[in-house]
Amino acid sequence: MRSVTDKRPLTHLQRLEAESIAIIREAAAEAERPVMLYSVGKDSAVMLHLAMKAFYPAPPPFPLLHVDTTWKFQEMYEFRDRITAELGVELIVHQNPECVELGINPFTHGSSVHTDMWKTQGLKQALDKHGFDVAFGGARRDEEKSRAKERVFSIRSASHQWDAKAQRPELWRLYNVRKSRGESIRVFPLSNWTELDVWQYIHQQQIPVVPLYLAAERPVVERNGTLIMVDDDRMPLEPGEVPVMKKVRFRTLGCYPLTGAIESDADELTLVIQEMLLTTTSERQGRVIDHDSAASMEKKKQEGYF
Amino acid sequence: MSGDLLATDIEAYLDAHEQKDLLRFITCGSVDDGKSTLIGRLLYESKLIFDDQLAALEADSKVSGTQGGDLDLALLVDGLAAEREQGITIDVAYRFFTTDRRKFIVADTPGHEQYTRNMVTGASTADVAVILVDARKGLLTQTRRHSYLVSLLGIKTVVLAVNKMDAVGYDQSVAAAIDADYRQFASGIGLDDVTVIPISALRGDNIIETGPNLSWYDGPTLLEYLETVEPVGAATGGPMRMPVQWVTRPDPSFRGFAGQLVAGSVAPGDAVRVLPGGQTSLVERIVTADGDLDVAVAGQSVTLTLADEIDVSRGDVLAAAAEPPAVADQFETSLVWMSDQPMLPGRPYLLKIGTRTVGVSIAQPKYKINVNTMEHTAARTLELNEIGVCNLNLDRAVPFDPYEVNRDMGGFIIIDRLTDVTLAAGMIHFALRRADNVHWQSVEVHKEARAAQAHQKPCVVWFTGLSGSGKSTIANLLEKRLFADGRRTYLLDGDNVRHGLNKDLGFTEADRVENIRRVAEVSKLMVDAGLIVLVSFISPFRAERRMARALLEEGEFVEVYVDTPLEVAESRDPKGLYRKARRGELVNFTGIDSPYEPPEDPEIRVDTTTMTPDEAADRVLRVLRERAILPSAGG
Repeated sequence: MRSVTDKRPLTHLQRLEAESIAIIREAAAEAERPVMLYSVGKDSAVMLHLAMKAFYPAPPPFPLLHVDTTWKFQEMYEFRDRITAELGVELIVHQNPECVELGINPFTHGSSVHTDMWKTQGLKQALDKHGFDVAFGGARRDEEKSRAKERVFSIRSASHQWDAKAQRPELWRLYNVRKSRGESIRVFPLSNWTELDVWQYIHQQQIPVVPLYLAAERPVVERNGTLIMVDDDRMPLEPGEVPVMKKVRFRTLGCYPLTGAIESDADELTLVIQEMLLTTTSERQGRVIDHDSAASMEKKKQEGYF
Repeated sequence: MSGDLLATDIEAYLDAHEQKDLLRFITCGSVDDGKSTLIGRLLYESKLIFDDQLAALEADSKVSGTQGGDLDLALLVDGLAAEREQGITIDVAYRFFTTDRRKFIVADTPGHEQYTRNMVTGASTADVAVILVDARKGLLTQTRRHSYLVSLLGIKTVVLAVNKMDAVGYDQSVAAAIDADYRQFASGIGLDDVTVIPISALRGDNIIETGPNLSWYDGPTLLEYLETVEPVGAATGGPMRMPVQWVTRPDPSFRGFAGQLVAGSVAPGDAVRVLPGGQTSLVERIVTADGDLDVAVAGQSVTLTLADEIDVSRGDVLAAAAEPPAVADQFETSLVWMSDQPMLPGRPYLLKIGTRTVGVSIAQPKYKINVNTMEHTAARTLELNEIGVCNLNLDRAVPFDPYEVNRDMGGFIIIDRLTDVTLAAGMIHFALRRADNVHWQSVEVHKEARAAQAHQKPCVVWFTGLSGSGKSTIANLLEKRLFADGRRTYLLDGDNVRHGLNKDLGFTEADRVENIRRVAEVSKLMVDAGLIVLVSFISPFRAERRMARALLEEGEFVEVYVDTPLEVAESRDPKGLYRKARRGELVNFTGIDSPYEPPEDPEIRVDTTTMTPDEAADRVLRVLRERAILPSAGG
């Protein structure tokens, strides 16, 4: 932590933190009805932590919105309810009523229909229903090439479409938060953070994260080379498929049937970071490449949300 | 070393990496200069290429690479190539890498088409610019363009990366010639902190290590340089500034002002001034969720509480009370137009500076600037990607510092009122006038402080009387005595002032009024500077002498009527002016064909028919002592 009498230049994490807090304040100040999208994952945890800091000693002047699919890990629901209660922040949970009625699930409807209807359509419904005009999201520019040029303040049409040509130039720390009737803005306070920054900050600030990020013995089945955790009895097992206990963890979190686990001994945060860093370097030395589907799920999550 | 630490002591590794600082830089150059290869090389060498990216890169390199199946690092960042084919606007991309010493954010801007808008955007947050040139081609028009835009946005620290040294046989003389050329050009546009580094992004020469090919080079490698450079101007020193983003009011007992410090530092007990209002208070606490701070520095987002209940809202700037920013509503600025719809002089737009948004209209450009040649040309408007110098007229006054001094206090955007899009970015040069509705809020070093330092009470001793009455003679004697006494004085003489400040004025009634108005204002400034000002002007009209008196505070204006009858003055006629006037060679001469209105109630009246000039000066001195403007004799 920064010493209270420190006059040295800020470290990179301090600069990122200060920038994100300024972004959150600026958006909240100019929005009519802001909301923070909360996906229960590590990026959401960091974003919520920053929002708590931004308005301290007051609570954030906006609610959290969890666009739920009913297919998240049980531990995510427990964590979500516990953390929001502890922090005393308002949580809105939205489940697409159409999906509830039709029983949309990844097994019978496929992952893309499942994701589109629960998450993409669900998000639009929730924003329209509550009249939210500014929504914070936890996306980062380092996640994939196409996001490298995304704005911090990204304008959406009344139908929530992203129009490349309509995006505004962003200079200095000056953000144009004005919008015409019906338009809304997605705000990404973590734009300039990398995955490593997020983990380092979680470690430094001791931010609670869902225990699924840490390795533990969990019941899994292997499908198409991907380890899927059998989180509840809604998961149909193939003939002859028997869940086995393996020490696994998750790099990203989503709907449990669509989220691949990796085998790991990293049962502490620091070990997770170590494993992440070493994996990258050792893979460059030509190890067998592990195409874990977690990475692709992270992308799906982004496509779905944003 | 840190690799070992990573494997053996992750806690120590994380501690070390949490202490790293951050450098933001912009890369300028076209694909031909090897910019993508350079960025790809930096990402690759800093080991930030993930497994799936590397696998894809290996495959892509075989299919579409330009390196004969070897890894083509340019493909790492040319993800935008696909988008280019789809006709999506090419834009600024931000890329991230980290070394053991620093984290880097790179603004990667394509060198073509939308270059001005993109480069200006990327440069606005950069501390350093890396400008690429092809060693085979040397400085090109685009090198000059990139350098100009970089300097326009206030970046002072520039690296000229002379790339493709492999293609010129690593010839030292090639690099030396480009080095000399560039320095000459750069200093002309205010880029003083220039480092020239010969590299081969393709072969990796001088990126991380110099290597055998460039053994003649003894400077830092590109990465060494980026890891250690302390950019000029990036330091956010200077007096404290914090635009208020948000007022935190969790309960009636707490009122905090949240914002990001954009200059200086602040500590509890510091005096701060609220701009544009001007009220002052003391900082009580620096509140953060991690506990109160003893000091906060530029870049930090904090919440301040003040000792007094004063009016502070979003959009205000909290500033060091002794060195507040100026407040104005008219500026000369540089504007970079970023929209397809051209600028319309006089149309009402919105302007956002700091956390404040106000109405603005833009005057017809004084000129626009050709970014390739830096020539100024006349312009009626500004179109997309054009840069011009324009005056702005705001509908409310805003606190500001010139852009050159502080990017956050002097940079602004122009927003369309109808569509809400960002039309332009701009940089304040200076204010055209001080806003009328703002008091000249004096700073810590005010009139009293200056007067105390000079051990005197500043005032104006205003001598009025006919030409030849003896005003200047008496004023001169008085000044000599005051000066001998150690007083700080200045004598404003009518004739002398008409040679300079007022040489454009004649002797019509209107000009005489203006003559006195200017002298009165100058006297007021001199009193503010702590001086005893002696004014020796005929100043024939009561109204103007009253106006001069009204400019000053009670007791600061001492009117001395040098009472000499016209016939006496005319008989003295030291300059021969009465004779000329009588002959009709001078018109509007006071006492002859222009009236003199004697003072009705002067502080001092001296009758020069009964007093010598020395006695008159003594008399004035005595009255000044009686009025406690001067300490009593011997005191």
